[in-house]
Amino acid sequence: MARKEITPTDEFVKGLWRDNPVFVQVLGMCPALAVSNTAMNALAMGLATTFVLLMSGLSVSLLRNLIPREARIVCYICIIATFVTSVDYLIMALSLELHRALGAFIALIVVNCLILGRAEAFASKHGPGRALLDGLGMGVGFTAALLFIGVVREILGSGAVFGVPLFPDGFQTWTIMVLPSGGFFAMAVWLLLANRIRQKQEDAEKRAARAGT
Amino acid sequence: MSDVSHWSIFLNAALVNNFVLAYFLGICPFFGVSSKLETAMRMGYAVGFVMLVASVCAWALNLLLALIDAPFLRIISYILVISSTVQLVEMLMKKLSPATFRAMGIYLPLITTNCAILGLALFQTNRGYDFLQSVVFALGAGAGFALALVLMAGVREKLDLASVPELVKGTAAALVVAGILSMGFMGFAGLGR
Repeated sequence: MARKEITPTDEFVKGLWRDNPVFVQVLGMCPALAVSNTAMNALAMGLATTFVLLMSGLSVSLLRNLIPREARIVCYICIIATFVTSVDYLIMALSLELHRALGAFIALIVVNCLILGRAEAFASKHGPGRALLDGLGMGVGFTAALLFIGVVREILGSGAVFGVPLFPDGFQTWTIMVLPSGGFFAMAVWLLLANRIRQKQEDAEKRAARAGT
Repeated sequence: MSDVSHWSIFLNAALVNNFVLAYFLGICPFFGVSSKLETAMRMGYAVGFVMLVASVCAWALNLLLALIDAPFLRIISYILVISSTVQLVEMLMKKLSPATFRAMGIYLPLITTNCAILGLALFQTNRGYDFLQSVVFALGAGAGFALALVLMAGVREKLDLASVPELVKGTAAALVVAGILSMGFMGFAGLGR
């Protein structure tokens, strides 16, 4: 992180908490719920999405003066689809097992509203450096959110983290957590927690502002 | 996979592996337009129609891509076909029923980034469905999506009248409802196979 200037750091940090894509903006929910049944899948999905975010942010930002406004969405989608295809083939080459576990969801990164949203709202208006930082922040925030959900679901659903068993043999696994409905519940609880923390922060800020005046 | 009956493909797509509640596809419109029963139904029809058209197009495109031996163009060509179909539906709807068009608002163009539709096109290609199977699969998926949306809207309309704590209101409450609905749909497991 760049420490000397405040603004570039801000571009990075805002994705982590204040504008966290999953818990605050509620974008990119489909992959967040679908592939978070184990921590490993969640991490792989988060990294793949971060890569696409970075590369598409960079390309959109470099091409922002060449892309006509009327046809911009189509251009963005083509750029994103190109990088998603390369990630798809990259994962297939690195680990066929992982590719099978994630299935069609790698290809579905194309329609992750988070990526198109960042291209439209940020990368098309800022330079490549800023766009990269923003993409990195959003990507890390997204990966962290996915990991939070994935770790909880794996611990409760199969009694392990990253495939390493945590409990002695007698542990009764909550199979429901690996099943689809578990995803909804885990996400709901994290969202509640995030809301609660944010509410407390806002209250504290308000109190501080009142004390100041 | 290609020897399963059409009826079981339909049941499987609509109920057992419901696109929204089992595959988590199309979550954004599922939460976005499910606050009113009326809009939810219209959204269900629109998505069902786009699914049908996209499925036929994807089947034809896949033949073409196999012919020129370029499977790496699959994602990019599917998404372009889907976005032009959505544009077409938008124009048709504006012409035929302006009231519906206005009620759908931003969610109509957003069907393009509805993962349920791209997911449908990719699933049918991965499973190697033939033409008729693809159409049946699309019909089932569309029916399942509309069903989930309407059920959710019904629950949320009632939920508006209940006293929910301020903190839980909105997305968190909707997520819990979706989780319970999804549990209900698990009861269909083993039905269509």
